[in-house]
This record gives sequence, C-alpha cells and structure tokens, in this order.
Amino acid sequence: MPEYRINKHPILAIPDRKKVTFFWQGTPITACEGETIASALFANGIRVFGHHHKDGSPQGIFCANGQCAQCLVIADTMPVKSCMELVREGARVEPANGLPVLPHVPEAPRMGEIEQLQVPVLIIGGGPAGMSAAIELGKLGIGVLLIDDKHRLGGKLVLQTHRFFGSTQAVYAGTRGIDIATRLENEVRGHASVEIWLQSTALAVFSDQKVGVLKNGGQYVLIQPQVLLVAAGAREKSLAFKGNTLPGVYGAGAFQTLVNRDLVRPSEKLFIVGGGNVGLIAGYHALQAGIGVVGLVEALPECGGYKVHKDKLARMGVPIYTSHTILSANGDDEVESVTIAQVNEKFQPIPGTEKSFACDTILIAVGLDPVDEFTHKAKEFGLPAFAAGDAEEIAEASAAMFSGKIKGVEIARHLGADIPDVPEDWYRTGEILKSKPGNNFEEIFPEVPSGVTPVLHCTQEIPCNPCSELCYLHLIQISHEDIRQVPTFTGGDTSCKGCKRCVIGCPGLAITLVDYRKDPENPLVYIPYEFTREALGERETVAVLDTQGKELGVLEVLAIQTMAKNDRTLLVQVRAPRAYAHQIAGLRIQESPIITPLEQYVDHVEDDTIICRCERVSAGEIRSLIRQGYRDINEIKAVSRAGMGACGSKTCNTLIYRLFREAGIPANEVIDNTRRPMFMEVPLGVFAAAEGIEE
Amino acid sequence: MSTNNKPHYDVIIIGGGSVGTPTALSLQQAGYKTLVIDQFASIGQGSNKKAIGGIRATHSDPAKIRLSLRSIEIFSTWKELYGDDIEWYKGGYVFVARREQEENTLKKLLVTQKSFGLNIDWLDKHEMLEVVPDLNPVDLRGGTFSPDDGNASPLLAIHAFYRQARARGAEFRFNEKVSGVIVENGQVKGVRTDKGSYSADVVINAAGPWADDVGKMVGIEVPVYPDSHESAITEPVARFLDPMIVDIRPMPGSSNYYFYQHYTGQIVFCITPSPQIWGKDDRETSTFLPMVARRMVDLMPRLKNIRVRRTWRGLYPMTPDGFPLVGWSQEVDGYLLAVGMCGQGYMLGPGLGELITRLVDNSITQDDEETLSYLSPYRQFAGQELLK
Ligand SMILES: Cc1cc2nc3c(=O)[nH]c(=O)nc-3n(C[C@H](O)[C@H](O)[C@H](O)COP(=O)(O)OP(=O)(O)OC[C@H]3O[C@@H](n4cnc5c(N)ncnc54)[C@H](O)[C@@H]3O)c2cc1C
Ligand code: FES
Repeated sequence: MPEYRINKHPILAIPDRKKVTFFWQGTPITACEGETIASALFANGIRVFGHHHKDGSPQGIFCANGQCAQCLVIADTMPVKSCMELVREGARVEPANGLPVLPHVPEAPRMGEIEQLQVPVLIIGGGPAGMSAAIELGKLGIGVLLIDDKHRLGGKLVLQTHRFFGSTQAVYAGTRGIDIATRLENEVRGHASVEIWLQSTALAVFSDQKVGVLKNGGQYVLIQPQVLLVAAGAREKSLAFKGNTLPGVYGAGAFQTLVNRDLVRPSEKLFIVGGGNVGLIAGYHALQAGIGVVGLVEALPECGGYKVHKDKLARMGVPIYTSHTILSANGDDEVESVTIAQVNEKFQPIPGTEKSFACDTILIAVGLDPVDEFTHKAKEFGLPAFAAGDAEEIAEASAAMFSGKIKGVEIARHLGADIPDVPEDWYRTGEILKSKPGNNFEEIFPEVPSGVTPVLHCTQEIPCNPCSELCYLHLIQISHEDIRQVPTFTGGDTSCKGCKRCVIGCPGLAITLVDYRKDPENPLVYIPYEFTREALGERETVAVLDTQGKELGVLEVLAIQTMAKNDRTLLVQVRAPRAYAHQIAGLRIQESPIITPLEQYVDHVEDDTIICRCERVSAGEIRSLIRQGYRDINEIKAVSRAGMGACGSKTCNTLIYRLFREAGIPANEVIDNTRRPMFMEVPLGVFAAAEGIEE
Repeated sequence: MSTNNKPHYDVIIIGGGSVGTPTALSLQQAGYKTLVIDQFASIGQGSNKKAIGGIRATHSDPAKIRLSLRSIEIFSTWKELYGDDIEWYKGGYVFVARREQEENTLKKLLVTQKSFGLNIDWLDKHEMLEVVPDLNPVDLRGGTFSPDDGNASPLLAIHAFYRQARARGAEFRFNEKVSGVIVENGQVKGVRTDKGSYSADVVINAAGPWADDVGKMVGIEVPVYPDSHESAITEPVARFLDPMIVDIRPMPGSSNYYFYQHYTGQIVFCITPSPQIWGKDDRETSTFLPMVARRMVDLMPRLKNIRVRRTWRGLYPMTPDGFPLVGWSQEVDGYLLAVGMCGQGYMLGPGLGELITRLVDNSITQDDEETLSYLSPYRQFAGQELLK
C-alpha cells in the first residue's frame, strides 16, 4: 500500500519512529509506534472507518479530538475512538459497521474507591491561556492543578508551525506556535506549586461543586477546587451542506492534528471552506506539507482573517473565492469533488454560478465557539469560575496568553493574595490583542532610486509588531501605544543596511527586500520562503507574484539562502526588472492544473443535508418540525433525536439555530437545549474504579 | 359575569406531563373540549422527560395492576393504531435476588401477583441465566421474570399522545404558569395564569412535583413531596439484554436501582438514593455515577466497558405510602386530583387518563370503584408499598 506520510517538512522535524504492525480487516498495516489508529489508517490511505447503524452512511474522522464518535472502530473486540486510541502491535482492528457488540467480561472486576481531591485552583486546559494563568499563580506559590486531555501541553499551539502575531513585549510575537508551547511548558513546569495532569479530561462540573476528571485516560477523580479556571479553548463550528458527513469532510483542527502533530498526509487535493485565520493558516500548512490546495471559499466579500495570511495563500497560487459558498461535497463513500457557487448579498447561491472541483478533502473552517459549558455550570452551581483564552472569547493565541496572565492575577486576588490589582494597561493590551483586523490601506511602494529598502506589504491594521522590534536601526515604526497600526518604513533610501532581519521575522511573510545597489535597473529581491527546498525542485525559474497573487513575471532563482537566527525561514533571491521589483511579494509553488474546475458541476438537494451527524437527522426533518411550530430545541431533540448523539449536540446545536434563522425565527424565540454532563463518553467501569478498563 | 368573556373549556388540565397529556387525549376523544396549560416551553418537560421508560403491570395491588395493564395495551398497540413509533419493546421485567432476604420478599409478592392473573414467575439461577446470560452468576439466587412487561420512549410516547390530542382539537398552552384556580360558591370556574384567565367546568391538578402548589390554589393540602433521582444513558450497542433489571437490595447510599437496554441499543439506568433526597433540586451531583456504577458492574460485569453518554436528575412526585392520589376533591366541586405518581407516572398515565375520563363522564365501573378506593386522596396513609 502507498504510504501517505510527510517525510519532508520545512519547519517540523521528522522523527525516526519505530514501526508497528496491526491488522485492518485481516490485512497487515504498518504504523508508527505512538500514533493513533486513525492516523495509521489515514497514513495507509484508509478513510472510511465504518458505517452508521441508522442508515449505513460511511463514517470517518471528524473531530480528531475524542469529542464525537464518528471514527469508532473495533479494536480487539472493543469499540474505541480511533482518534484517541494508540496502535498496538498485532491488534486486530475492524470497521464499526452498525452497532458495536459490547465485549463479554468473564467476571466482576475488582473495584475501588473514587479518589477525591481539594485544590486551590483547577485549570481546565493546558494551552496558551491555561499555562499563562498557571505561570502567574505559580509565581505566587498558589496551588494549581492544571489538566489537559492531550499527551502534551500546548493546546493548539503545538499544531501551529507559523510565527505568531501580537506584541513582542506582551507575548511571544514572532516566535512559532510550536516553540511558544515549549517555552511556556518549561516555564510552567518550573513552578513547584503547579501540578500537571496530562491525558486528563474534565467531564462535568456537579452541583456539589466537584469537578469530575478522567485522569490519565482511565481513572475517575473528583476534584473540589476553590476556584475553577476554564481555559478549554474552542470547538469548531460545523456547516450544513449536502454530503457534509462524507469521510473527507472535517474541521481544520482535525486536519492540523493529522498533518502537524501526526505527520500524516491525509490529502492530495484539499478544498477549504472559510476565509478566517483558521482556514487560511490550514491552507498554508497544507502547502507546507506538500498537499495541493484547490481553492478556498468565503461567503463574505472579504476574508475575515488577517490579510497577510490570505496574501500568503494567494501568492502560492491558491484561488480565493470570496462571496462564494459550498453547495455540496460529492462522492459515494468518500469525497471526490466539491461544488461551490457565488452568493448574493443575502448569501443565497446564485444559480448558474456553480462550479465543481476534483478534491479528496474538504476542510470546514467557518469559525469557532468557546467551550463554555463548564463555566456556565460552575456559575450556576456557585463555584467561583473564570474563563480565559478562546473559552472566554475567540481570538488569537497571543490574546489567549495575555488573557490567561490577567486571569491568573485576578484569581490570585480572589484567593486573597496580597498583590496589586491588575494594571489598567494590561486590560488595554488584552483588548488590542483580541481585536479583529481593522482598516486596510492601499499598498504604497517606496520611491527609491538606489540603495536598499525593505518593502512592507502589510497594509491592514492587526495587532502585530515584531518587524519594528527586529530593525536594529529602528527604521520601522509602529506605535507602542497601539500595535495595531500598520508599520511604516522611515529610512529613506540610504539608512537601511539590508540586514534582512525584518524579512525573515515577519509572521505574515509580508516583507521583501529590494537591493538596487549593484544594478539599479535590475535590483535583487529577497523573498521570505517557508517551504522545503524540494518544493522549488530543480527549478531554475519561478513565477513571482504581487500581494494579491497576480503573476508579475517568471524569474531566475539566483539563490536560496539561510541566515543566522532565521528559524527555518529561507530567503529566495531573484533579480527583477525595476518596473515591478518592489511589487514582488511572493512566489508560486503550486502549479495550476488542480485549481481548474471540472466540466460539470454536481447538483445539491437541501433537505437531505445532515444536521445531526451523530444521529443522522436531516435538515428536512428539523425544518418540518420548525414549520409545525416547534420552538423548544429540547422538544426537537425529543422527537427527532437531533442532539442526542455521542458529541452531545456540540456539533449540531448551532446548525439547528441556523435553520431557525433561515426560517426567519429570531433566536430569542428559541428555547435552548438543556446542557447536561458528560463532556465525553466514558466507560461505566471507570466510575466504579474498576480494574482493567480498556481506554 | 366575568367568566363570560373568557374562553371556555369543559376541562382544563394543569400540567402537560405523563398524566396530563394522555388524559387530554382521552377526554378529547370522549368529546370534552380540553385545554392543557404548562409552565414549560413544550410538552413533557417536567418529570416525564426524566423517566427512563419502564412499563410493567407487575405491581402488588389491584389499582396499579389494572391501570398498567390498560397502559401496556395502549403502548403496545400504539404503532398499529396510530402509526407513530414510540419504541415499545416487550422485553419483560426481572427482579433479581442475590440474598435470601430479597428472595423471600419477591416470592411473597409473587403469590399476590399471580393471584391477579399476572404473567410472572420465579426463575432459579440457571433459568435466570438463560434469560439474562450476562448476570454475574456469583451469589445469584434467581428472581422473578414477567415477560409481558416492557418499555417505550417517554419522549416519543408523550409526543404521540400530544399530537393525537391536538389532532382531535385539544388545546395546549405552553410557557404559561397557572397562578390560581377560580372558585365560586365552592364550585370550580376556571383558572388564572400569568397570561390570562380561562373558564372551565372541571379543573384537573396533574402538576406532578408541583401538585401541592396547585392544591393550595383551592386551599387544600396535597401530600405530594418530590424527591430526586439521578439517571443516565449510554452509547448504543447491539442488543444483548432484553428485560428491565431491578435490584431491590438496599446498600449504603441507595435502596434500589434499575436499568434496561432501550430500543435504540442504549442502556438507561437510575438509582433510588437512601436516605431519600427531598426537594425540587434537580441539578446533577457527583455522587450518582460512582454509586450506581459499582452496583451495576457488580451485577452485570459486561457493563464495565459501555460508555456513559449523558446524565440527568429528575423528581419523583412522592406520597406518604407510594400510591398516587386520584379522585374528586371533597372541598371544591369540579376539582380533580391526578397526582402523586411516584416513580410510575409514565407507565400509569395512559390507563389513568381513561379512568379520569370516566370520572368526568360519571361512567365509572365497579372495577374503577375498587381502583379509586386504593388511590383515594382521603385514604389513611398506612404502610409503605413493597415494590417502589
Ligand atoms: C430518574 C427517573 C426515572 C423514572 N423512571 C420511570 C419509569 O421507568 N417508568 C415510569 O412509569 N415512571 C418513571 N419515573 C417517574 C415519572 O417520571 C413520573 O412519575 C411522572 O413523570 C409523573 O407524571 P406527572 O404527569 O404527574 O408529572 P409531570 O410529568 O412532571 O408533569 C407535570 C407537569 O405539570 C406542570 N405544572 C406544574 N405546576 C404548574 C403550574 N402552576 N402551571 C402550569 N404548569 C404546571 C409541570 O411543568 C409539568 O410539565 C421516573 C422518574 C425519574 C425522575
Ligand atoms: S451532531 Fe452529535 S448530537 Fe447532533
């Protein structure tokens, strides 16, 4: 079988991993030790893991995060979530077709007592927000239990190969997410009062103010904190369209997990839905991993994410279809193509504008929702609770770090620590870091006859300032008061020494350097580059593009340079005609064939669209209830089962709201679904502290 | 008179729950113009949706046996008669015995139960393991098995009753709380709510855990005291268990617990805490899962690996002796009580609805007289019921 693994990556190290063999439907499969069954199956080109018991529809990866049960397989007779279960030598893995058979258990296991624990502060989530809060509390010697459901700390940071935006002073702007994770982890581990439990999931907050935690994936512990901090991040919103549950349609988070954590190449041709930062960055990560990106649709007239992220993608030759939406994912058992269409001001598809593209994977990146159920329950039950990071408000990781820091201090004060109040300017910085992109300006090109100059292709107000800090001559200016301002170069044509630090250090890869010193008519241009050298191949020439991705010309590649402290960003040197040298913002590495539409588009049927994927409830069924006057989501759930599935309505609840909106019913007339524990499904034996639980 | 400009109904039912809803259907079928008023946003959001769905006729008194036998007829033939699937499954009920004490209790009861002609028998250990192969054989002594009992979805069943009642003209008002019952010269005239007033000849208190509050509206004490029970449901798995399993052996912290595999393949279970937790608090506690899990895994080790999906806590509207309170008020004409269903309101509901219609209709039979004597709101609360 061909292997779908990433063997070269411009940023990530490829470790040598021991091989393990297990069996999929009796056929031996080679896996890497320590990877999940799902990743191993993907690496072997298997994407259909079973068929739904209700209608036989194919099932596969969806959340890759242990939250749903779409990826269920039967491993040595046990039904398990393949995205969480690690491969074992010799294991016999079968698809979950229909309802799984509960394995026999010969005799009652030995059972123990449930451990109970009291802690001053319990932090749910070891991402940037949770760790930053733990660090502040650790500095004060306050007892903290920090739990995270993953195998390592860092949260989503460990999936982020790009350099971070934000403020160099307040957070680690300019550093790659994966490296920030390590730095924060080292720092938090340095505090003796902070205890860390990994692979430990919070399951529920109870009315007796105890928090049920599944420790180490198998032990149930009840924790009674004085204060709870929820830093559990966000979950991806899902989207309703025809074929939205076909294997091959999944979230950007799942994709980044497969690619950047597990080094699997899950796709050859990827299509992205959603032009926020998450979608844009996922596209860039795909390209870095050698995956073709067929295109990206965004329903709004402009992408919501940072322009520099969009430009990076556009410059790589990825078509960005704004004012477009996805109509359907097409294929029998897996995604084979996607159909998109232009939308009008009301976001309705315009007939006649449909286009289909061949692709094997469709990423849904249409926004995030805070994981807020623990915060709500804690508040309802009178347990003092705070939220930080995405669990409080969706923003960038830099904002999450800063909000964690603020919450750490607030919690310390809540617990009576003798420290001053959080300084006012922290709140202001926090707000700045959280802010959405502001105005976008015309790109102004410097008028330089000679000398050397950076060109700042950064025209949108976003909270980011590494360039101004990197210029040791202080020629790039961004106000300290408000780092959302766009940078300006104040050096004229004589001051810049051409050190290129700003070029390699800009998180948006939005700075180039033009050097007119040797040949003013054909200056040298240095372009930041974050792909493998192999991606440029043996190529001697490369198409250079402007900020929008428009081709300016084809130029000879003079050199691919590395620099001291370049942290894996390379520089491509070309010689360009003076006429457009300063317009060059990037180069195209993806060739065009995969981005051309198919001859015919594939039609879509709306009412078949699955809204509740766990229980296979269609839009038609729910719409009919709405038309009959149903307004209580609990009632819709009772009659249709929508929301009763393994994910606990985390996936379908927002989609049900969308159907209400579509029907013209305002949200305040809709009664929300009652949230109940558990956060995820856990074997009954765990609650009995039974021996030999298979999880 | 002021009542003239209010919408008039023959009967107003306070509470669209396990009892109020099938009662509305039955009344409307008999030609009574019926209005159901409920404080919540939709049907069955009180105790009904908390019930796990067990339906049995194997009680120990003629009243509940009679009502449940009729309910079973309604549940089991519903799909045939009305078309909608309420997920009825005739899996039977098993009460297990693992100690002499429970064996004696169950065997004593069996005599009474058989005398009412119920299809129930004692199975010894060997026979029991044939019916329920996954029971832990250690200490198992056997138990009773009643194959004609079963279960159905409380969510779907109440909706089925609701739809049929509406189709026949019954009216339902949600998000509306009854704040008073209008009485003139000792005769019920209607109700007042936070949104308006409605006139009626008969007002039925079917307010479940809130029965006492609604009793006070006519100045009577209704001895219904809610206590809370927690419950949970698992992921679905292929069928391996047919009957509802009830374990009545008291243990520290709990008096009994019961579970079954629902039509959808999910295991639904719940426990009766001991001592009982009185009051209307229905927020999830941390004690429930560890307590029930130990007992269930010990009784049926195979359940060890089934994944728990969701938990909730609900209220049993309890009475001093564990029997419902059904009958006309002696203080106020036209005020009818149908409350105090304890842990059995869901299974009693459909049979009870028809009995209430006969009460309103003045057409009760001799059997009904006997049933009602057991359920009289004015009885002496003597002993506790054996099987709750
Ligand atoms: C965990 C659990 C498991 C159970 N399992 C079973 C089982 O397997 N089988 C079984 O038969 N039973 C079971 N039960 C018991 C069953 O749920 C109850 O006996 C039954 O629901 C009671 O029915 P009801 O109609 O009296 O009350 P409810 O169903 O609670 O209905 C009363 C309604 O009255 C409304 N109301 C009250 N006051 C007012 C007012 N002033 N104005 C307007 N509306 C008002 C309420 O909102 C409510 O909707 C279980 C209960 C629990 C908690
Ligand atoms: S999608 Fe999981 S419950 Fe609806």
